[in-house]
Amino acid sequence: MAELLNVEHVRRTFPRGGGEELLVLDDVNLTLREGEVVGLLGRSGSGKSTLLRLIAGLSQPQGGNLSYMGTPIQGPVQGVAMVFQSFALFPWLTVLENVQLGLEALNLPPREMRERALAAIDLIGLDGYESAYPRELSGGMRQRVGFARAVVVHPNILLMDEPFSALDVLTAENLRTDLVELWGNGKLPIKGIILVTHNIEEAVLMCDRVLLFSSNPGRVASEIRIDLPQPRDRTSPAFEDYVDRIYVEMTARRVERMRQIQTQGTTSIAMPLVHVSPNQISGLVEALAAPPYNGKADLPDIAYEQELEVDELFPVAEAMQLLRLADVEGGDIKLTHMGKRFADGELNERKEIFSRSLMSNVPLAAHIRKVLDERASHNAPKTRFLDELEDHMAEDAAEEALKTVVSWARFAELFSYDDDAALFSLENPT
Amino acid sequence: MKILPPVSIEARRLLPSRWDLLAAVLVLGFIIAFADASRFLVRPLSSITGHALFLNVWDLPGYALRTGLRMLIAMGVSLAFTFSYATWAAKNPRAGSLLVPLLDILQSVPILGFLSVTVVWFLSLSPGRVLGAELACVFTIFTGQAWNMAFSFYQSLRTVPPELEEAGRMFGLSAWARFWRIEAPFATPPLIWNMMMSMSGGWFFVTVSEAISVGNTDIALPGIGSWIAVAIAQKNLPAIFEAILAMLVVILIYDQLLFRPLVAWADRFRIDNEQSEDQPESWALNVYRRSRLLDLMTKPFEQMMRWSYHWQPPSFGLRAATREVDSRVADILWYVLLGLLSLYAAFRIYGFAHDNLAWSDLGTAVGLGFLTLLRVMVLIAIASLIWTPVGVYVGLRPRLTQIVQPVAQFLAAFPNNLLFPLVVSLIVLWDLNPDIWLSPLIVLGTQWYILFNVIAGASTMPKELRDAAENFGVHGWLWWRKVALPAVFPYYVTGAITASGGAWNASVLAEVASWGKTTLHAHGLGAYISDATATGDFRRVVLGIAVMSFFVVVVNRILWRPLYWYAERKYRLT
Repeated sequence: MAELLNVEHVRRTFPRGGGEELLVLDDVNLTLREGEVVGLLGRSGSGKSTLLRLIAGLSQPQGGNLSYMGTPIQGPVQGVAMVFQSFALFPWLTVLENVQLGLEALNLPPREMRERALAAIDLIGLDGYESAYPRELSGGMRQRVGFARAVVVHPNILLMDEPFSALDVLTAENLRTDLVELWGNGKLPIKGIILVTHNIEEAVLMCDRVLLFSSNPGRVASEIRIDLPQPRDRTSPAFEDYVDRIYVEMTARRVERMRQIQTQGTTSIAMPLVHVSPNQISGLVEALAAPPYNGKADLPDIAYEQELEVDELFPVAEAMQLLRLADVEGGDIKLTHMGKRFADGELNERKEIFSRSLMSNVPLAAHIRKVLDERASHNAPKTRFLDELEDHMAEDAAEEALKTVVSWARFAELFSYDDDAALFSLENPT
Repeated sequence: MKILPPVSIEARRLLPSRWDLLAAVLVLGFIIAFADASRFLVRPLSSITGHALFLNVWDLPGYALRTGLRMLIAMGVSLAFTFSYATWAAKNPRAGSLLVPLLDILQSVPILGFLSVTVVWFLSLSPGRVLGAELACVFTIFTGQAWNMAFSFYQSLRTVPPELEEAGRMFGLSAWARFWRIEAPFATPPLIWNMMMSMSGGWFFVTVSEAISVGNTDIALPGIGSWIAVAIAQKNLPAIFEAILAMLVVILIYDQLLFRPLVAWADRFRIDNEQSEDQPESWALNVYRRSRLLDLMTKPFEQMMRWSYHWQPPSFGLRAATREVDSRVADILWYVLLGLLSLYAAFRIYGFAHDNLAWSDLGTAVGLGFLTLLRVMVLIAIASLIWTPVGVYVGLRPRLTQIVQPVAQFLAAFPNNLLFPLVVSLIVLWDLNPDIWLSPLIVLGTQWYILFNVIAGASTMPKELRDAAENFGVHGWLWWRKVALPAVFPYYVTGAITASGGAWNASVLAEVASWGKTTLHAHGLGAYISDATATGDFRRVVLGIAVMSFFVVVVNRILWRPLYWYAERKYRLT
């Protein structure tokens, strides 16, 4: 099969204040062959969307090569069309005009333009909406316009950047199955599709191959081939096996890294913390403790039950692991002894447990508390800790770590923080 | 933040309502009454004039300070006016139906033309002559600052989210407490933006109103404006540059010590819960926050406000029952009062016109009005052609935006008489036609409103839209036509409305330009008013002002308001 796209050793950094650079993509490889749907799956911040913009020629890599049908990509490519997460429709153009926009850029004669646009509108199921403005349409219909606009230029490659994530569950499913059907019937004038998503089931449902991305920096961690005939049945055991397998792969790596940090007995305050609110933690602990889980659950199951996306579930699970409220192993999550006590406790007891866990498991929290205890005034400016953190980590990671610790410490009543004055203190506001 | 133009765009309808007409009659009547009262006060004035102002650099900081203080006082008065007038208009539908059109007419009055009248009137009020002149000056700045602030505040009050209002009621807050805890904070961010615009506009007024001659009387208050006037009369180019420098310093001080802290402070009042991408910061605000002295000084005031929230009006609980009857009686009283007032105003207008004016006078003024209209429209069009593409280019580049935005704001503060030396010299040198070549002065200060509104529009364009255009190969003219211009259009209209309003006002100062002994005249309504002022001919001043206000109102109604609503409906990104 012919190669549509070839991505080799691509590297992308973004400049940051102070001459630093943030590495977003590192040594990424990818090929797309004719007739394939390839999924890029990973958490936010893993650089999937950045990669998509590189493929579309909307930005340039710092290293590596991208080539489209054998020719290097140096700017926007004519045979590559994109569908956007937020639809990116022009509010002042009607449905027909939006769809025609890409054709106008091709300088086609008006009659052909109109015919092709109407055909695409027909194909995507937008008949009768030609003269409507985007604001008059529901989210699902808007994204259909997005699809029609991409399909009408007859691209070889269709890029989709989380195209269903701004839609409600039913609409998204409806659109997905329509798309899979059109693709399966060979009705789309497209040769290959790349789909960016953070929804595991969506990836298994639609893709022939799924590339799992790790984050910070974004890398292709592994590749899973989905050998299931279309249309796929979400409830079939084979489908669920694939979903489970991806969950295990995605959690295993992260948890392994965290466990490493923990077993090294590190006292470094510069541990990256992802912001998760104490409420989310409490919520998941309670759900885990209650039947039918009774303290232990399959990650995909609880994600489905709690209506959590991968992006939302993993950080909470990791925070619970960090605070030793739960153990994450394979695709499972299990409450620890402390986690069970937390689940059974009243609010004050929970705060107590949280506070002790912070002191022993989160070096940054313990450090701030210690500094505040030692100072006569019992307060310290934020910059004191920010500067200290920035010696070891990037500026935004430091900001996020501090923000997380503040939110946890407020819940645990370990110390307080006044945002106006940017001041940590031991006093509770009167 | 959505920026609203400083004219009434509330109603989409084209035709004036009864209330508009009533407002027009009242304003015109008031102007005439004012002018009539002042007419007889001119004579004693000659005794207090002739303070010679010397262009000594060491006096300049003192002058700058006085000018800055005048602006600050006027800003305070404008704020007081905003809080009372706009609140009244928003809270009381009966009053609002008159107050809003009144505001609309008032902001169309070219107050610079009315300067002579106000100066004379204020001078007659005060026994200490300087105080009178100071009051007149502050009053003029106030009229340049207040209207758009009041509009912004009124519009905010009308759009307070109902759930906030309901929450306030549920917790039993009194109307007074609700105003300070809910409504005023909600209206603060747009109000501050408008204060900044007003301050820029105020410079124009301060430089003109400090040095004014009525008939053969010259008044010069110590300040940058007088300094500029003297420098122009003496053909002193270095002094002009010194004045520019002094202005720059004062503007910078205001920006750093007042507006930046205000903007950073007001960020907390934004209603959308999302964190803004880059939170405004201000070193001065940090200093204020940490200062104990300031804390101590504001504490009693804060305490007082807190106590005041607990007052309940004595009628609390009873009002609902009596309101029904109350309002019917009040309605009748209100309409009777308005009827009498407008009758009186109409009577004054008739008397004034009958005694002083012939139809031919009106014909002349209207004819000249069309000339100025042509000038304003052509120059706004030219300025749009230049600044829209530049604004789009700048707005799409965040780094450039950060540099250009404050510069444009600074340039907007520049009164056009600072360019008199250049323009007059060039026109004389090349023997050009003043009717054409004085025209650019009209948009000199106001064109920047177009630029920074377009910049604001381009910079809020979503990244995904830009990506989509690029992905589909939309380039060149197609890109401008289908992507860039529609995206900035609503912002452009807001900018153009502001610019056009300002241009009319500026025409009073732009159609007559002098440098030393050379004075150039263009034909137009601005020059007509300006000349009438110089000769102390109140009758023509009043006529000129009335005609110009009429032009401004009509242009707003038949051009800008429909355009604004068209842009809102079709082009607004949501």
